[in-house]
Amino acid sequence: MSAPIDMRANLAGAQLPSPILTASGCAAAGRELDRFFDITEIGAVVTKSIMLEPRSGRATPRMAETPAGMLNSIGLQGPGVEDFIAKDLTWLRDRGARTVVSIAGGSVNEFGELAARLRHEEGISAIEVNISCPNVANRGQVFACDPMSASSVIHAVRRNTSTLTPIFAKLSPDVTDIADIAGACVAAGADGLSMINTTLGMVIDTTTLRPALAGITGGLSGPAIRPMAVRCVWQVRQALPDIPILGMGGIATGLDALQFLLAGANAVSVGTAVFNDPSAPIRIQRELAAALADRGFESVADAISYAHREQE
Amino acid sequence: MTSNTDRERSKAGALQVKGEILTIRRAGDYYVIVFAAPGVAQRTRPGHFAAVAVGGQPTAMLLRRSFSIHQVDTAGALGGTVEIVVDAHGAGTKWLVERKPGDSIDVIAPLGRPFSLPKDPVSTILVGGGYGSAPLFMLADRLRERGCRVDLVLGAATASKLFGVVDGRRRASALHVTTDDGSMGTKGRVTAVLDRILDDYDGQVIYGCGPMPMLSAIAEIAQNRGIASQTAVEEAMACGVGVCMTCVLPVRGTDGITRMVRSCTDGPVFFGEDVRWSDVGTVPTDCLGAPIAQPESSK
Ligand SMILES: Cc1cc2nc3c(=O)[nH]c(=O)nc-3n(C[C@H](O)[C@H](O)[C@H](O)COP(=O)(O)OP(=O)(O)OC[C@H]3O[C@@H](n4cnc5c(N)ncnc54)[C@H](O)[C@@H]3O)c2cc1C
Ligand SMILES: Cc1cc2nc3c(=O)[nH]c(=O)nc-3n(C[C@H](O)[C@H](O)[C@H](O)COP(=O)(O)O)c2cc1C
Ligand code: FES
Repeated sequence: MSAPIDMRANLAGAQLPSPILTASGCAAAGRELDRFFDITEIGAVVTKSIMLEPRSGRATPRMAETPAGMLNSIGLQGPGVEDFIAKDLTWLRDRGARTVVSIAGGSVNEFGELAARLRHEEGISAIEVNISCPNVANRGQVFACDPMSASSVIHAVRRNTSTLTPIFAKLSPDVTDIADIAGACVAAGADGLSMINTTLGMVIDTTTLRPALAGITGGLSGPAIRPMAVRCVWQVRQALPDIPILGMGGIATGLDALQFLLAGANAVSVGTAVFNDPSAPIRIQRELAAALADRGFESVADAISYAHREQE
Repeated sequence: MTSNTDRERSKAGALQVKGEILTIRRAGDYYVIVFAAPGVAQRTRPGHFAAVAVGGQPTAMLLRRSFSIHQVDTAGALGGTVEIVVDAHGAGTKWLVERKPGDSIDVIAPLGRPFSLPKDPVSTILVGGGYGSAPLFMLADRLRERGCRVDLVLGAATASKLFGVVDGRRRASALHVTTDDGSMGTKGRVTAVLDRILDDYDGQVIYGCGPMPMLSAIAEIAQNRGIASQTAVEEAMACGVGVCMTCVLPVRGTDGITRMVRSCTDGPVFFGEDVRWSDVGTVPTDCLGAPIAQPESSK
């Protein structure tokens, strides 16, 4: 038996004991999953995207199962940042879990205000900026789909966040050239990139003969989008060899996580798989360690971008 | 791992277990599946549900299917047994009822907030629509142990869609049956017999599980009479454990404020008067955080 794998991960300065994180919106704020596994044993909890004010989210039905995936149209339901800080963030801090706080807004200002509000809170390993939400000022166009809007948001968050706290821009795959948006976010001050968010999809109910979701369209997630996500990580890694990447999209096993590391991710988030197996993050962490060992890697760091190596 | 977290996890309700299917039998249009699930029986209260993985591994069906827990036996085989009643209509439930004794079953249970029991030995009415009667038999047992009178009302579209008629006769103080087509019992909806039973026995609490329109009707009858109702709702659930926010419905809190509340963790049992029945499927404009009226934007 060889030495244990060095599972440590570094996300733009945030030192994590493991490269396995939860995904925003798929773990609430950690408390529910802590009943199934010890959330302090994974890399970090990424919280549901929080907004300034309480949000009811959309009408139901909010989900539809699809082959190896699902559509969701939650609409960022949440209690607002004050309640989040008082209850969720405090609980995570007391629990000793590392926390990546995901923020969302309808305007550049809202993102800036959120960052300012979180600035002096302790126990935040990183901020993930969910730019896959509609820009109210721009006819609801998603920030992440336009390099200018994306960079304005990242700029506002960077200006209002301590340089000690890394900020990650979370990218949408629904763009022509993801490396383009990635570059714009990095130029605006993002310390790292998370990818991918869900991709827009739709299901029509053949009994009611109407869209299955009350929100009509929804975000597709789960193993169905994994190849698309691996491709995005690969392309961004090629374009930006040094930027820290948090990869996600359909990770359900240790080997899935390994694909992302090999494609260039420094760490990964596990989202929809949690709905099938609430202990998926810790299981995937164990499976990844075994998969790395089987292939002769001594650390997570050694596997990152390994698929990009020159032909030997 | 600290001893503190061990303690927290052990007292928490739900367990994620690999169980074993013991029997699957037909009951009218439904299937009753009995499986061994170590530790689950002891923790289960009437109204709890189980989330079952379907399709085997690896599967294209990612999401667990939820079922009310019908029956538990702490002394059953292999660390206790659990029974669920399954209406096989879609791909996941069809897969489930095709399992064989000895097959393994991946279950998370018990989940959700169960029915609460009255302090005094009052007269109660339990109303089950179709397979919605599944959790009511355990409830009837607990209520009768407390000296409550239990009138069980089973209703369905037709006789084969009733569940538990034989069992109900034995376990309730009295059984009442309704079918829409009159193929068994009183012809009509469960509401056709409710008022009479409530009058006859001075019913103080109505418990209901079944389709939303039935629950809504029960809640209204209870409210008009100034008595309590507890309703177990059925909303599509992606996770069943409280992390995804798909299973919400508008519920009035004790502070009078309506919120979109998770039926998997704050329910499935709600007090009938708290649920905004006519607004289910929408976000009422007075709901906390409701969008200010403006053109719907995409995504
Ligand atoms: C708390 C609760 C208790 C339930 N108790 C029972 C029970 O005791 N017996 C029983 O037969 N059924 C019960 N149901 C309904 C059961 O979960 C669904 O019939 C089942 O999930 C359908 O799966 P499918 O693969 O056959 O259908 P599909 O239509 O293929 O399912 C597709 C997706 O939609 C979801 N879905 C579809 N219909 C429903 C529904 N009616 N409710 C919730 N999710 C749905 C599924 O979970 C799945 O994710 C209960 C549901 C809930 C929420
Ligand atoms: C129910 C649900 C809710 C989500 N909510 C958010 C959210 O609030 N913010 C966000 O950035 N991403 C959100 N996502 C996207 C996930 O974080 C993730 O990027 C995506 O689902 C792909 O990963 P997966 O296939 O492992 O789920 C959500 C996904 C799902 C399924
Ligand atoms: S089903 Fe996920 S929160 Fe209720």
